[in-house]
Amino acid sequence: MYAIEVERLTKIYGKGETAVTALSDATFQVRPGELVAILGPSGSGKTTLLTAIGLINEPTHGRLAIGGATIADEGWLRGLDLKKIRRERLGFIFQSHNLIPFLTAQENVMVALEINEVGRAEAKKRAGELLTALNLGHRLHNYPSALSGGECQRVAIARAIANRPQVILADEPTAALDTENGKNVMGLLKKLAVENHSAILVVTHDHRMVEGFDRIFQVSDGRIVGETGNAGSA
Amino acid sequence: MNLALRDIRYHRGRFILTSIGLGLLLGVVMSMGGIYRGLFADALAVLNSTKADLWVVQQDTNGPFAENSRIPEDIRYRIAAVPGVAAAAPLSFETLQIDRQGKPFRFFLIGYDLNGFGGPPAIIAGRSIRQKHYEMVVAKAMKMALGEKIHLGLHDYTVVGITGKIVSASGDPAAYVSLADAQEIQFQKDNDAIRNDRERIGANLSEIQILTPAQAGYLKQNVASIAETTHIVNTVVARLAPGADLGEVQERIGRWNHFRAISSDEQATILTMGMIQKAKMQLGLFRIILLVISAVIISLIIYTSTLDKIRVIATLKLIGSQNRVIVGMILQQSLLMGVIAYAVGWILISLTYEHFPRRIVLEPFDLQALFVIVIAICTISSLVGIRKALKVEPAEALGG
Ligand SMILES: Nc1ncnc2c1ncn2[C@@H]1O[C@H](COP(=O)(O)OP(=O)(O)O)[C@@H](O)[C@H]1O
Ligand SMILES: [Mg+2]
Repeated sequence: MYAIEVERLTKIYGKGETAVTALSDATFQVRPGELVAILGPSGSGKTTLLTAIGLINEPTHGRLAIGGATIADEGWLRGLDLKKIRRERLGFIFQSHNLIPFLTAQENVMVALEINEVGRAEAKKRAGELLTALNLGHRLHNYPSALSGGECQRVAIARAIANRPQVILADEPTAALDTENGKNVMGLLKKLAVENHSAILVVTHDHRMVEGFDRIFQVSDGRIVGETGNAGSA
Repeated sequence: MNLALRDIRYHRGRFILTSIGLGLLLGVVMSMGGIYRGLFADALAVLNSTKADLWVVQQDTNGPFAENSRIPEDIRYRIAAVPGVAAAAPLSFETLQIDRQGKPFRFFLIGYDLNGFGGPPAIIAGRSIRQKHYEMVVAKAMKMALGEKIHLGLHDYTVVGITGKIVSASGDPAAYVSLADAQEIQFQKDNDAIRNDRERIGANLSEIQILTPAQAGYLKQNVASIAETTHIVNTVVARLAPGADLGEVQERIGRWNHFRAISSDEQATILTMGMIQKAKMQLGLFRIILLVISAVIISLIIYTSTLDKIRVIATLKLIGSQNRVIVGMILQQSLLMGVIAYAVGWILISLTYEHFPRRIVLEPFDLQALFVIVIAICTISSLVGIRKALKVEPAEALGG
């Protein structure tokens, strides 16, 4: 079973004369535990692809399945609770960390757990353990404003993986970091893919960051124009 | 985890300041209600402290507070004899303005029968009036000391006692003297007027041919003394015996010529209707304006605080938060601000209301009603923020 399946996925913004085809006919699959990069210049459609898979951007055409369940086929399937799927099966990592400024590191991770109906005490315990595992044990009670960029991004990663999602989506996760911190974050994602058996899809325009990825898709003008890597492909 | 509280904890300085500001506003709203109730309490102070069931006044008048009413003092005996009446006492009322220490000084003079009722309710310093003449008990608000003297009519009066918060319907502090003294102050004419009256009566009588000079002189004496009588009161109040029927007694006295018996409830209506109605509208309007201002402020604060949180809200939506989490955060913050502001206002007004120049009465019902209104305002005000928040797209969390 694939963690992510996209088939002729197409996104057209707007209508008529002003219509922009941001993504056309993307087709690929990602297995659980696979670390995949989407590499391409700015404006090539990377974010569009990621947000479609992240269920916040309705694809115009094509099919999308997460964990074997079809979510979109020529538009969202009816009767699905996309929010529920997002909080249970997907984890998001952003370009800027997007931590909630008025919550401590630990509370930021707890939020993700609590909206998924994890009890408060349990959420607190798991958030603490997770952050400690990411070498942030001494930062549990700090607000994001007191953390470095790299630390914030690690808290954001902890939040994304707190619910053990099948799929982790990261949009330019290293863009706001220096090279060293960026490489650390990528290293962490690699480790998570293996340990948690999650499919990880990372969007980036920075080819220096993608070494060691299982597969790399090159995107240009909304099309997947190339694929490098060693895993079996469709 | 309560996001509203976490946000407030993080921005506590800002939150506390705005709550205090709103609290001041609500304090003013509470005081307006208190002033209105105070007008009521003032208007009814004498009525309530008299504890009479019936007020007998001159026929066709709304006396003695709303209109001039003059009735003979001795009607009290006839009233006391009516079946069902336990006691009757004469009272006189007059608002006086004198010069005191170079300033106009207004007060409400109440004359009462030292053996009857309707006198000062409770003496908080000094003693009651014991001498039949020239002693006075004053309300605390008169700001007079025991032993102080004041010149009224033809005599000096000495303050022998201080009583609590008794004021006239227009808020002037009350002073009590014996009925005889009050009658003298109110009805005693000065010597020139008496001399003129007597001469006029004498001249009229001497024109009547059938009277001998001796008869005319005798009549002149009698007529003059009737004209000069001060045995007039403004009202006679009555208390009913237990089980007596108010309506029956009222009707009985009403059947006599020249008198009207007003029940204490009717008297309360007379006292409060006309004068209070305008004040009520005035104060009511102010309260509405202030509440609208509060609502606008709360809406603005909640709206801007929602705008500050657009990215937070987008992130929450993206990671799959239920709408109730987001709505709850905004609504709870709004409610909390209202509750704190209410508390601030309440504390403020509780600490200061005693020191207002006119009476402020804080009725639990008014305060509770205001609380409910504040909660409603907070709920409605937060809708603007909630509407905005619900429109936020999760995709807004992406990008730099
Ligand atoms: N909401 C939108 N409405 C219209 N056009 C959009 C929208 N989002 C992106 N686009 C367009 O789609 C194309 C792909 O954008 P995007 O997916 O953001 O690329 P990338 O993430 O690779 O920079 C661009 O031409 C962009 O202008
Ligand atoms: Mg992008």
